[in-house]
Amino acid sequence: MTTIAPEVGNSELRALLKYVDKRRHRKNRIMKWLVVAAFVLAMAPLLSVSWTVISYGIERFNAYFLTHSMRGVYGGMDAGGVYHAIVGTIEITLFAALISVPVGLLTAIYLVEYGRGRLARWVTFFVDVMTGIPSIVAGLFAYALFAVILGPGVRMGAVGSVALSVLMIPVVVRSSEEMLRLVPNELREAALALGAPRWIVVIKVVLRTAVAGIVTGVMIAVGRVIGETAPLLITVGVIDSINFNLFDGRMMTLPVYVYGQFQQGLVPCTEGQANCIATVAYDRAWAGALTLILIVMLLNLVARLVTRFFAPKNLG
Amino acid sequence: MSTIQSPPAPGSTARSGTEPSGSRRRKRSARASDRGASRVFRWLATGAGALILVTLAAVAVFLVVKAWPALSMPSDELVKQVGLLRNSTSLLDYIGPLVFGTVLAAALALIFAVPVAIGIALFISHYAPRRLANGLGYMIDLLAAVPSVVYGLWGALVLSPKVQPIWAWLNETFGWFPLFGGKVSPTARVLLTVAIVLAVMILPIITAVSREVFLQTPRLHEEAALALGATRWEMIRTAVLPFGRSGVISAAMLGLGRALGETMAVLMILSPGFLYSFHILEAGQQQSIAANIAAQFPEANPIGVSTLIATGLALFVITLLVNMAARAIVARRKDFSGAN
Amino acid sequence: MAQRIDVKDLNIFYSDFRAVADIEMSVEPRSVTAFIGPSGCGKSTFLRTLNRMHEVIPGAHVQGTVAMDGVDLYASDVDPVAVRRQVGMVFQRPNPFPTMSIAENVLAGVRLNNKRISKGDAQDMVEQSLRGANLWNEVKDRLDRPGSGLSGGQQQRLCIARAIAVKPQVLLMDEPCSALDPISTLAIEDLIAELKASYTIVIVTHNMQQAARVSDRTAFFNLAGTGQPGRLIEIDDTATIFSAPREQATEDYISGRFG
Repeated sequence: MTTIAPEVGNSELRALLKYVDKRRHRKNRIMKWLVVAAFVLAMAPLLSVSWTVISYGIERFNAYFLTHSMRGVYGGMDAGGVYHAIVGTIEITLFAALISVPVGLLTAIYLVEYGRGRLARWVTFFVDVMTGIPSIVAGLFAYALFAVILGPGVRMGAVGSVALSVLMIPVVVRSSEEMLRLVPNELREAALALGAPRWIVVIKVVLRTAVAGIVTGVMIAVGRVIGETAPLLITVGVIDSINFNLFDGRMMTLPVYVYGQFQQGLVPCTEGQANCIATVAYDRAWAGALTLILIVMLLNLVARLVTRFFAPKNLG
Repeated sequence: MSTIQSPPAPGSTARSGTEPSGSRRRKRSARASDRGASRVFRWLATGAGALILVTLAAVAVFLVVKAWPALSMPSDELVKQVGLLRNSTSLLDYIGPLVFGTVLAAALALIFAVPVAIGIALFISHYAPRRLANGLGYMIDLLAAVPSVVYGLWGALVLSPKVQPIWAWLNETFGWFPLFGGKVSPTARVLLTVAIVLAVMILPIITAVSREVFLQTPRLHEEAALALGATRWEMIRTAVLPFGRSGVISAAMLGLGRALGETMAVLMILSPGFLYSFHILEAGQQQSIAANIAAQFPEANPIGVSTLIATGLALFVITLLVNMAARAIVARRKDFSGAN
Repeated sequence: MAQRIDVKDLNIFYSDFRAVADIEMSVEPRSVTAFIGPSGCGKSTFLRTLNRMHEVIPGAHVQGTVAMDGVDLYASDVDPVAVRRQVGMVFQRPNPFPTMSIAENVLAGVRLNNKRISKGDAQDMVEQSLRGANLWNEVKDRLDRPGSGLSGGQQQRLCIARAIAVKPQVLLMDEPCSALDPISTLAIEDLIAELKASYTIVIVTHNMQQAARVSDRTAFFNLAGTGQPGRLIEIDDTATIFSAPREQATEDYISGRFG
């Protein structure tokens, strides 16, 4: 028993073919504009944030700002800069990278070159899970670690670095892993067939081929943690002057600087008071934010240039 | 025998790693014949992998160790010694409103972010010209590059003043609705504002994962829908969305995890309180665990620090569970792909 | 009361590349027409222009007319969505929607138009279409199970049921049996013989024996060379094509000298 298709004459067919179901087409059109609207909606905060940071931050952003600390600055004084914060940020982040890159890279090598079976599956799963650790928990962990080992109340730059490296390691693992997997197996096999021991193959062939991509990945990871505030707030604290020593005393960092200035709020200047700017703290905060964003952008830009100029062209 | 891995784009947040296949045979003999430096190197690499697991365990262990004084002390003792707890009867009583505030803010952020993220992901995967897909995706990813402290600044100093009139209007017109009740704040430093900023912050990750999933819809199913006489939206509704459902859920959970753990946006924007309050337009109502820790940590005495670390432990466990569930969903759907 | 298809001066393009050139042919109503020819000669491409699926690919377009009962499917006031409703398609690989049950799969196309069908009507439609696809007896006890749980041959019949549920005029089949085992293939071929009483059927096939078994008329396509567009070489009654074709190229292909 088969279904009989409806008999249609010529004019009926024409009507059927021309029939445009307005409701369905209208819904189709509405959905199209909705998804476009969603995209535009997402761009709005991006544009607003960028515009605000640039236009407010540019006011105090100059050579003076970048080369002076907050030593001796108080109240509504028209003074103060981020030099100490830049130093702190660079040192702490570099030290964090020093911890994260070897661990992250070796883990990635393990996952790609050696890992089979249960351990590798657990490692891969938990690396993913690690990307979700709240930054403040990482800070608490670093604090707890040093408190147990060195006693409570410890505040130094290195503690912040440990906190940041907990956040950095999973990112380094993921991006390095992708880069290592891009290296074609033929290269490995050719090297092995020439009689090279495994570790030479990994280091001299695989790593060397993937190095540009790995460097890019590391720089992007640095760009992500350089803006972390919460863990540094609780581990490294706040000071006004320059401290070059990672292992002794507090250091200022850029994101904490921005937060600190924000916390100070408006200065209660009296009418006509000399050398008192009511919004000076907010102005410094915006300028600090601009500095921070510029550093992040610079890192991303250099990362992209490294890929463009140093990555082997025929990879992937 | 060789296999070439198909690479995910660098920087993509979705997991797609596969092992170089065909090397299982080689691996067994390689392991046996690894000598000297090769063996050392392999141990180093394996050790690094194990270190990941050790680190995660260490986080849990050290947090518990430092939180133990507060966890083990009887409630009345604790309340006496810790200034933070002066309005509470016990640690649990203290944590309760904090968990409430954290979850409420994150849930609101999710409600705002998920529909927009799905829309953007659909836009990039099925509406915009394919060659623009990467560029558009990059623009959304830029949202993730902005540091959270900058979002906090922007939220407190730029967004709050702008939305205040709207919140006032909402409070006036819809004050009967539980969320919009109470006395509207003149500064708009309230949970609804925080929720919006959180939504912006978690948008990139939800969009990225959803986009990956939508792009993987088998062409065959899309064509089947079109051949039945479906409009583009109907095709998406029939073939793309059902296929991507579990992926979108996983994406949303990842976003939830981020929103739960976010500190600075809440710290800088919200005017906090310690109530179980649904009034998201009123100031001084809620507080999140993370923001509370950041705010109180510098001044806390040792037992206070213990208490705060205990709250941090709670946050760690909550986000751990959410993230593990999210990743497990993605892992499961990889095996059952739905396409023959 | 016929659903014949007349194709005139049809040229099919992918952006600037002309993939198929100068097609002129007719498909008789209530018959089975087979398209045969070597790989890459444009049979599937041409098939897809008959239900305006070709233009789904960005940059793809056609010139010429494809008329059904005198109505040009490519006229400017004709809605492609409506065309695809009237001209159904079954694909090479069975593609039931994985997240839907068998019953939901059958009704998938119907639901697009009429949001509200009463439960009774829906059940009748499901049974009617599944009977029409010779699948009813095998699945009537598990209509709520997922469509992907069936064997390959059953899945393909499910797709056929889904296609005929919307009551099209024409059924297009793009190598429907190439992914199936021989027994399922035979089942589908028997089904085609039954379906032709109600539908006009066009089937693209790589398998010449299948074309000989199943079709009333056969069209042979070929490529002049790489980079050249495909062309219709010859179309005639199946018996003629396979015993005494007019063109030498057809004869060569039939006897396996190339292809």
